[in-house]
Amino acid sequence: MFDWKWDFTFEILPRLLLATTNTLLAAGIGYTIALVVGLAFALGQRTSITLLTVAVRECVEFIRSTPLVLQIFFVFYVGPQVGVTLAPWTAGMIAIGLHYASYLSEVYRAGLDSVPKGQWEACKALNLSMGRSYFRIIIPQALPPAIPGMGNYLVGIFKDTPMLSVIGVAELLHTANAVGSETYRFLEPYTLVGILFLAISLPAAFGLRRFETWARRALGVD
Amino acid sequence: MDNDTHPIRLRETDPPAVRFSQVSKHYGDLTVLDSLDLDIAANEIVSIIGPSGSGKTTVLRVLMTLEPIDDGVIYLYGQPLTHMERGGILVQSSDAHLRKMRSDIGMVFQHFNLFPHMTVIENCMEAPVQALGLSKDEARERSMDLLTMVGIADKAGQHPSRLSGGQQQRVAIARALAMRPKVMLFDEVTSALDPEVIGEVLNVIRQLAGEHDLTMIIVTHQMGFAREISDRVCFFYEGRIAEQGPPDQLIGNPQNERTRMFLSAVLDAD
Repeated sequence: MFDWKWDFTFEILPRLLLATTNTLLAAGIGYTIALVVGLAFALGQRTSITLLTVAVRECVEFIRSTPLVLQIFFVFYVGPQVGVTLAPWTAGMIAIGLHYASYLSEVYRAGLDSVPKGQWEACKALNLSMGRSYFRIIIPQALPPAIPGMGNYLVGIFKDTPMLSVIGVAELLHTANAVGSETYRFLEPYTLVGILFLAISLPAAFGLRRFETWARRALGVD
Repeated sequence: MDNDTHPIRLRETDPPAVRFSQVSKHYGDLTVLDSLDLDIAANEIVSIIGPSGSGKTTVLRVLMTLEPIDDGVIYLYGQPLTHMERGGILVQSSDAHLRKMRSDIGMVFQHFNLFPHMTVIENCMEAPVQALGLSKDEARERSMDLLTMVGIADKAGQHPSRLSGGQQQRVAIARALAMRPKVMLFDEVTSALDPEVIGEVLNVIRQLAGEHDLTMIIVTHQMGFAREISDRVCFFYEGRIAEQGPPDQLIGNPQNERTRMFLSAVLDAD
């Protein structure tokens, strides 16, 4: 039934491996954006400025409640109509970065909420500034409980990078599509894509668990 | 206490170290401080006793500026703490004013509130470095001296989770002292401790009272300790001072019916 061709498989493998680096790059950049912007989203919802808090919360809710693929289309195709023309990579990174930033902000928020109130009171009694309280006292304690959630979203963003193919980012799935349309063979390229994703996701999940254990110990929370 | 070196108390011109002037604080419908007036002189040691919900912990919390007050003004050495002067009138303190004023106050909490991700010495060094701008070497030296004073220098490199409750509380005292406050607040510092380690913490506070020029406000359930260490004891009831006076008088011979009931209840329990 299946007509698997090994010589074809090895012929397209280098091209797919090259595209894998783009996938990893997209996941890496997107996740970095998400980590930073997500923290800003989380902290933005904790200020005493009500307007800012409400604006950030609504923004996060909006992003979380709409599909990623729509957001990618929106940034890429609607952008130019309002005078913001972005390359596929840029548009894709903004869309996927913001999307995961809203999810990560919830993870951060749960982590920040898990730090006992007494820690804040100690910061205040010791006259530490708001910024130093956050970055030296509160966030280091909020991170360990947040790491499992952060790890899940790292694997999540990696698996969502194929969405970027819709605007022509040459990641793994996009390349497999190209191979398919050139050769009319889809079995091998798509199977390879699946195997490559698996080959990266599984060790990554394992590594993240190890990292979590290490981080908890390094931060002295265990 | 060494009377030769101790400064003269209550000169007429000296502003009190702490002054609560008609201070009120509400949680919803509940009034926790009810137009409280309270003066505490520099270097005075005042114990606050009273039933739970009487507002005694709130006195410390609003003085530490952990919570805002709803009415009245708190002064620190004659300067408004909860407020600041602007154009001849008192307005709510800005964050900057609070940070400036707060640096004279230190607080020790019932549940220690040590930073779990830092070692004992790092706990003590953190604020002197980050808030006072001391060099790490200066902060380390200052912290080690204080850890030695509270008898815990050998644990400097440990994380708080490795320490007993009594040891943690002594670290918390050293950490607060590292900021060189003029006023120290002790909020039920032995309530979360096992009975056998209460003594070691009280000893540290006794030592502080004897050696340092500190104004101390102590919220406590330890009547014997309050009687021995205090210059004055205040009995709080429903957000007000129901009775106050020298410890022998207030604890030994209370005049107010509420005070008598409270004391007989807690002394029976001991």
